[in-house]
This record gives sequence, C-alpha cells and structure tokens, in this order.
Amino acid sequence: MRIFTAAFAIAAGFIVLLGYFFPAQLESFRLLLVDWAIVIAGMAVLVGIFNLIAVQMEKIRNRQKGGSYGVILIVSLFITFVFGLVLGPAHPYMRLAMDAIIVPVEASLMAILAVTLIYASIRLLRRRVDVMSIVFLVVAVVFLIAILPTPFGPLLGERGNQALVDFLGMFSQGGTRGLLIGIALGTLLTGLRVLFGIDRPYGGN
Amino acid sequence: MFALGLLALTAVLLIALTLWRRRSPGALRLIEAYERLNRSVGLAVESGTRLHISLGRGNLFTTRAGSALAGLAMLRRLAERTSVSDRPPVVTSGDAPLAILSQDTLQSGYRAAGAEDQYRFTTGRLTGLTPFSYAAGTVSTIHDESVSANIFVGDFGAESGLLAEATDRENTSLIAASDNLSAQSIFYASSQEPLIGEELFAAGAYVGAGASHEASLNVQDILRWLIILAILIGSVLKLGSSL
Repeated sequence: MRIFTAAFAIAAGFIVLLGYFFPAQLESFRLLLVDWAIVIAGMAVLVGIFNLIAVQMEKIRNRQKGGSYGVILIVSLFITFVFGLVLGPAHPYMRLAMDAIIVPVEASLMAILAVTLIYASIRLLRRRVDVMSIVFLVVAVVFLIAILPTPFGPLLGERGNQALVDFLGMFSQGGTRGLLIGIALGTLLTGLRVLFGIDRPYGGN
Repeated sequence: MFALGLLALTAVLLIALTLWRRRSPGALRLIEAYERLNRSVGLAVESGTRLHISLGRGNLFTTRAGSALAGLAMLRRLAERTSVSDRPPVVTSGDAPLAILSQDTLQSGYRAAGAEDQYRFTTGRLTGLTPFSYAAGTVSTIHDESVSANIFVGDFGAESGLLAEATDRENTSLIAASDNLSAQSIFYASSQEPLIGEELFAAGAYVGAGASHEASLNVQDILRWLIILAILIGSVLKLGSSL
C-alpha cells in the first residue's frame, strides 16, 4: 500500500510539473489532477474540523487547563454550523456572526499585536546585544520617524523624507532580494526531494 | 526551456550529491539555533516536558508549500527522536491538509522508532483556519501543555508576534524560521538565535534527516554561486553597454 501511495504521488507530481512545460500534451491531465487535489483539500478541512473538536473534547474529558474554552468553542462551532447549513452563508444573521464577532475579535488581536511588537523591539537589546541588533533597531526607529504623520507634515520635509526612505530602501531591497533568492532555492530543492520520493510527508517514509 | 534545463541540472546535482553524501557525510557549519534545537529535544525527553512544533499555515497549493514541507521533513526526524518521551510532541498548523500531513508524518516517525502504539492523532492539530484564529489556538497550546521548547518552522505572517510573545511569557525556548519576511523580522526581534532566509531549509540536515538534506544544502550553494556569477556578468555587460 505504501509503495502504491508513493508511486501515485510521485507520478502525479511529475505530470503536474511537466504539464507546465508541455501544455499542449499534458495541460488537460494536469488540470484534472489539480482539480482532484482541490476536492481532497476541501474534504481535508472537514477532517481538520473533526480533529479540532476531538482535541477540545479530550481537553474537556481530562479536565485539562483551558477546557472551559473548549466547551465554548464546540458549542459556537455547532451553532454556527447548523445555522450555516439551514440559512446559508449569505443570510444576514450569518453575516452578523462574521461582522459582529469574528472581525472585531481579529481586529482586537491585531491591536494587541502592535503593542506586542513594540514590546519585543524594546526587549531586543536585553535579549541580544550585538551590532546587527543595534542596526535593526536604529533602522526601524529612523524609518518610523520618516513615515510618521505629524500636524506639520513630514518631519524632514517631503524631499528629505523621500531621500531617507530611498536610502534605507536601497539596502532593504537588496537584502530582500537576497533572502528571496535563498528561499526560492530552498523551496526548489525541497520540492524536488518530495517529487523524487526522498521526503514522503504522506506517510510512506 | 531554460527553466526546464535549470530544473534538470538541479535534479541531477541533487541525486549525484545525495549518493556522494551517503558515502562521505559532510561537516555542517555551526548554526546556534539548531544547536539549541538539538539540546531542547534532549532536554524535553529527559525532563518529561513537551516539544511544540508549529508548521505555520503554508497552503500546499501555493509557493508557500516549500517551507511547510521543509517543516514536515524536520518533524519526521524529531518525532522519531522524541517518541520515547512521556509527553509526545504536539504539532499545530493553520492549514487543514498540512495538519493531516503532520499527523501522517508523526505516525511515520513513531513507526520508525518502533513505538507506533504511542501515537495519538490529537497530537497533530489544526488550530484555526484564519491567521489570528490559528494564533489564538496555538497560543493556548503554548500555555497549557507543559511545553519546554517551541519550534516554529513554516509560513507565518504578522500573527507570529503573538506566538513569540506567548513563548516569552512561558519562559520557554523559541527556535523560529519562516519564509515570510514580516515573520522573519518579528522572529529576529523575539528569539535569541534567529534563523534568517534559507536557513529554514537547513532544518532537516541539522536534525539528521539524511544525506539528501545535506546534498540539498550543497546544491543550494552551487546554484547560489551560479546566480552570483550571472548577476556579476549581467552588471558588467550593462555597464559596458552604457559606456
């Protein structure tokens, strides 16, 4: 069974990859395989939700820390799921659940995140004192000053601010390209390892 | 055809160097974060605490899948090494197919260690489907599960700030790498030994995942030199044409 799984995965991977290079011969087959994968990924969401419920049920059963939040999660999930099935996702009540609960909760998490990041930056020098940390902090502060809106307009004047942003951008864009090239190479090699069946994250290893 | 040629060259180099590395394993340069990771694995097993590995929310249908797959390769090896622990490692992710793959990978690791009966499918968890619901679910794992070390490898966004803050509050180790530039800068500010750029893809080689992972690093180095050469030649030609 494991050999069959690996053979099927490798064959599908090669067909999808070659489909990009030989569209006339393999395009339709490639699209068919990608469609199948999308359907399976859709089912995976349901499996994932089942997993989420199972984890929370285990917490509640074992009276683990945070189990009460698990009860709230499962009850909310069940209510939303039932109402979503009955009313449909476009119903005003379903939209209200999104607009009045999920969006504000995520917005407040975003607000906490802003404070968290400032706090992390302040503590950076306590955690690690080296040249790069100091450069990192100084550049972040200078950049924030440059883009800071004030009642008097830009602090260094329009041209001064633009020159500062361009100067910093010269280094950051170069660095960004270097990082992205490295990440692209890493992604390429990781993909090839999976394609050749050397790494088998689908359980065949 | 250039892309296909480059792909073929990379594939040939990977296979050839993997065979070579099987015969003569290479020496890896010291990366502090991976030293810390290997120490944390040993400490977690000895002290009966848990490793928490988070694979981010890299969708397997996008280019972000690379970092998620690199995380899975590392997870496979870590699962094998920690399967004897009283508290098995817990894996969180923010993408459903990735969560299923993490369960499969965990099971493979346990099987390889001869401890498949210890495997529980609830140790591979989907904690949320949006960035912040994923963060909220993962933060509760960091707080409630006797975690001694957190390993974040994969695609993260700005929500990684909340995860890093949670590890700091619990006073636990943080080893973090991401393919996302925002998350990289957050982890740079939040972790003691940051991992930058392609160091994420070296995770497998540093946890002993095999010759193919070491060979991948060699191929990356070769390709990087080729790119540097191409950039230099391109710059010289451009300069020559403008003079």
